[in-house]
Amino acid sequence: MPAPIRLRELIRTIRTARTQAEEREMIQKECAAIRSSFREEDNTYRCRNVAKLLYMHMLGYPAHFGQLECLKLIASQKFTDKRIGYLGAMLLLDERQDLVPQLVRILKNLIMSGYSPEHDVSGISDPFLQVRILRLLRILGKGDDDSSEAMNDILAQVATNTETSKNVGNAILYETVLTIMDIKSESGLRVLAINILGRFLLNNDKNIRYVALTSLLKTVQTDHNAVQRHRSTIVDCLKDLDVSIKRRAMELSFALVNGNNIRGMMKELLYFLDSCDPDFKADCASGIFLAAEKYAPSKRWHIDTIMRVLTTAGSYVRDDSVPNLIQLITNSVEMHAYTVQRLYKALLDDISQQPLVQVASWCIGEYGDLLVSGQCEEEEPIQVSEDEVLDVLEGLLVSNLSAPVTRGYSLTAIMKLSTRFSSVNRIKKVVSIYGSSIDVELQQRAVEYNALFKKYDHMRPALLERMPIMEKTATNGPAEIVQTNGETDSTILDTKHLPSIIQPASQVGLSIQSSAHFRHLNNLTMYSASKCIPPMTAYNKNGIKIEFTFERANPNPNIAVITIHATNSTEADMTEFVFQAAVPKTFQLQLLSPSSNVVPALNQGSVTQVIRVLNPQKQQLRMRVKLTYTHKGSPVQDLAEVNNFPPQSWQ
Amino acid sequence: MYGVNASDRHSCSWLVSQMQFMLLFSRQGKLRLQKWYVPLSDKEKKKITRELVQTVLARKPKMCSFLEWRDLKIVYKRYASLYFCCAIEDQDNELITLEIIHRYVELLDKYFGSVCELDIIFNFEKAYFILDEFLLGGEAQETSKKNVLKAIEQADLLQEVRRLCFLKAFRGQKHFAEQYS
Repeated sequence: MPAPIRLRELIRTIRTARTQAEEREMIQKECAAIRSSFREEDNTYRCRNVAKLLYMHMLGYPAHFGQLECLKLIASQKFTDKRIGYLGAMLLLDERQDLVPQLVRILKNLIMSGYSPEHDVSGISDPFLQVRILRLLRILGKGDDDSSEAMNDILAQVATNTETSKNVGNAILYETVLTIMDIKSESGLRVLAINILGRFLLNNDKNIRYVALTSLLKTVQTDHNAVQRHRSTIVDCLKDLDVSIKRRAMELSFALVNGNNIRGMMKELLYFLDSCDPDFKADCASGIFLAAEKYAPSKRWHIDTIMRVLTTAGSYVRDDSVPNLIQLITNSVEMHAYTVQRLYKALLDDISQQPLVQVASWCIGEYGDLLVSGQCEEEEPIQVSEDEVLDVLEGLLVSNLSAPVTRGYSLTAIMKLSTRFSSVNRIKKVVSIYGSSIDVELQQRAVEYNALFKKYDHMRPALLERMPIMEKTATNGPAEIVQTNGETDSTILDTKHLPSIIQPASQVGLSIQSSAHFRHLNNLTMYSASKCIPPMTAYNKNGIKIEFTFERANPNPNIAVITIHATNSTEADMTEFVFQAAVPKTFQLQLLSPSSNVVPALNQGSVTQVIRVLNPQKQQLRMRVKLTYTHKGSPVQDLAEVNNFPPQSWQ
Repeated sequence: MYGVNASDRHSCSWLVSQMQFMLLFSRQGKLRLQKWYVPLSDKEKKKITRELVQTVLARKPKMCSFLEWRDLKIVYKRYASLYFCCAIEDQDNELITLEIIHRYVELLDKYFGSVCELDIIFNFEKAYFILDEFLLGGEAQETSKKNVLKAIEQADLLQEVRRLCFLKAFRGQKHFAEQYS
């Protein structure tokens, strides 16, 4: 058999291939040649063949048949063979062959033979070493007052003396900052660290700016005032070209907003909202709403800010903002006229942004009377007639741009105006037309509203009157809002059982009232189910406590995401901790991998694990858990039933 | 989950800075070197490589050298036609990783003399040897440039001497033996 071709030769040949298919053909041919060469147990060319195999492996072709050959090379006396052999072992070895024990043996022999290379580190300015030492200091100083104090001086020294013209210097400074933040350092040192980060923000190198923003984000909660000093630089970073820098600058900006700087910051953030990428708009809008709610200097300013967001980024605003905004507007009683006027004008311009249209429809339905009577104090009142308003609302109903939900808002708004406007006949006509709409939701509404005009006309004014101020409670569930309106019947909240209209009069009275009211409330409570589900203690025995915290998975509301937190209050660690769970047949369970298998003693840490439960039939959640662990040398096992799940976790 | 499992890492997570892997690839996405410092199956390695190469190649020139990918930080830098790409953990220092990449490039440059991509293609095993002298288990083990290059030189010499002795034995040329005895 002719000598196998050299490595360089093969590389050259493969590179001449013009197509993937051609390359594959060459590789297969060579692999076949190498295989037969291996079979011949040829020592001379083994090294060359394995090297070629490594090249082909890097191109993505399978090469595991060379694994055994690597071991033979390692065992060879020739240095070249050993070199390639070790390289091959590092690159090719996997669980397919049970070669690992052999390799371990070889390595152990190597170490035991007393071979230890000596190398010295030249130069004090060795940046790698400096960084490693700083890292070590960070570990030692974390949580330890004495060592933190002992290293204060040297940290300050490094921070002030390191040359910052090159990336190397900045790398050392960065590590210093990370260390200062992690240990129990005195406040002066922390301020120094934050100032270093502030300087980083002004650096031309975007990498440095990025690193600074990331670190500042981590420290903004604890060292708020120090970071505030760099606010203007941070806000400038909103205009940076790099996407990751912009995002961090945005997050940091929101963290820095307070009562004093709200006006200035909001100006910058609104400008940012206008010009940023679509990916940012949803987060930015939510952030702006939150900040405005917390720190608005006046109601007028608040409404104006909301308007600005709705008109510039209206289609990116999150769905749950709509009910929040409606509640806000309802509660700003003196601004009703101004708000509805501004919203109406915005609708005249653009009806494509659904959140804006929904809020506007709702407001026009509620405050349409203020609109046509021209009562606005804050700005020049516009002259608009009832017909014009109804034109706009009806336009929403027929427009292709309107989502089905929006149409619902619009129809309800038109209906509400029947008690506020005088053109009742026009409204009656519209409502009766939609009684045969293809959209089932619209149809049902229209039919019920029709009934309001005919059989229950005496109830209409009371039902459609102005909404009262809504108390914002912690869970914001529908029950609370119903109660403030004097409704105590909570069975209406189950949408599946909305009563039909053809029922005995007495019963119908309450249900119609409830269902119509529920229509109004419907718009506001769409997001209630996803709000916080309270955590629970699932297991607490023998020193081990397991708590469950919940969240709903998006987009599937039938999946509950449970995170378990296991803590250990005894004096000894619990090792080899395994948590298992079983659920009844109608559920499906998925257990993700735990954060660790050791629950540290004395509540020093916890093991967390995520469980996903699919509950399509919305049955009551029950679970059986099995714990196994080793405690003080002996294995422990326990089984328990978990039945105290909060209803929000499975409803 | 990619990389080392969270439970593996948990016990010693922030004690050791861990580079998880280093990839070198061309602008067309061809892999030129792959060094893995965490145990992963072949399939996982291929998937990570494919996704990461795509992500990095999609970056525009003015963008940061750092990006967040899965639960890792990726530090990358382009030298001529080659991308040097390292994956580090969340608490690691990105700026020093840039320095590590630069140091590796300097070593290659010194060894090959004005290194270019072709050198790495045709001498990939040497590129690995140099990397392994500099980094061990994902950390810099030898911070002296001189020492790394010296070690490689000595190894090369050992290889050469052996080769020539072998040739001499094979061809029976006393001349060679006299030169290298």
